[in-house]
Amino acid sequence: MAKMLLGEKVGMTQVFDAAGNCHAVTVIKLGPCHVLQVKTADKHGYDAIQIGYKDKAKKQANQAETGHAAKAGVAPKRFVREVRLASAEDKPLGDEIAAGTELNVSLFEGVKAVDVVGTMKGRGFSGVMKRHGFSGLETGHGVQRKHRAPGSIGPSQFPGHVRKNIRMNGQYGNSRKTSRNIKVYSIDVEQGTMLVEGAVPGYQGSFVLVRETKKRPRGWDKA
Amino acid sequence: MSMNEVMQLVEGTSLRSDKFEFEIGDTVDVQVRILEGDKERLQPFSGIVISRRGGGTRENFTVRRIVEGEGVERTFPLHSPRIASVVVTRKSKVRRAKLYFLRDRIGKKAYRLKERPMNQPPTDAAKKPSRKGRKAKAEAAPVAAAPAVKASAAKKEKKRAARSKKKEA
Repeated sequence: MAKMLLGEKVGMTQVFDAAGNCHAVTVIKLGPCHVLQVKTADKHGYDAIQIGYKDKAKKQANQAETGHAAKAGVAPKRFVREVRLASAEDKPLGDEIAAGTELNVSLFEGVKAVDVVGTMKGRGFSGVMKRHGFSGLETGHGVQRKHRAPGSIGPSQFPGHVRKNIRMNGQYGNSRKTSRNIKVYSIDVEQGTMLVEGAVPGYQGSFVLVRETKKRPRGWDKA
Repeated sequence: MSMNEVMQLVEGTSLRSDKFEFEIGDTVDVQVRILEGDKERLQPFSGIVISRRGGGTRENFTVRRIVEGEGVERTFPLHSPRIASVVVTRKSKVRRAKLYFLRDRIGKKAYRLKERPMNQPPTDAAKKPSRKGRKAKAEAAPVAAAPAVKASAAKKEKKRAARSKKKEA
């Protein structure tokens, strides 16, 4: 069963569990999402459901969006994504799903870890130390004006050019980022929130996509 | 539901309902629950509260004490269930929110804060009437203000007398 929902990052805080341990968690307001369309292999070439989060103001939506959402009997949405299904039987909630169905956090009951996809905070044009975690050169010891430089970027006359995919400076952030295998701390169906341990890409209030992870749980080989 | 409300709901579950009443400069006994195997015991830590920071579930406070001539500080999360109790044993008169200046003090001075009797309201600036309020009061009762000056003059004279007496002695 494909489990995926849309939501927004609320922010980080810390909570205490029953044993008194402190956990740094990110609060995600997850759903409710409405199914806007169910795509089938016969008609569209692949199986998927299209879900949308948060209503859009009427004047913000164009006619195409409004009409598409109206078919599902809901308001046009601000954040729309597709959940790809392995087969037609793979639908969340099974066959009950149809255009207009509401999905909420209860979908994630029993899920231990998730992938969170969001848009990273933009850092502008950054050097290699910030962008790729290079060590830079020495601060003293005869080094002049090159303290944060990358160092060598490749061999000399052969091949006579810089190899492809050398990590250099450039735009960092403001791009899609997936944080995989993030532990789910708790979910609250009433509040429509999910708490995950650790950080999640993006600003507070930015849209995120949460899906069940395909990765093995952390520490699976140690237990 | 706004984002802030969501956050408050989430944090609400971790906030403790029994709030500890203490202030900066108080000498406190903090009892910490410690798990040793299956047994739980209380470990005390007493000292002066020198700072309190953060909000919501992140609020914490720092207690400083001197152990064998060495300053020791411990920071406790205020809302941690591991804190069993915070009991105030002494209150003191302090004029700032962070008592980091105590770190530079050695010997007896490291403890020396003016004592304030227990069960008395704090003497912080916020509780005093504002300067404007005081001025208004003085204007409303100019008669009362006049003898006050006289009183201070009388005090000065007394002091002078005392000084001369000392000289004689």
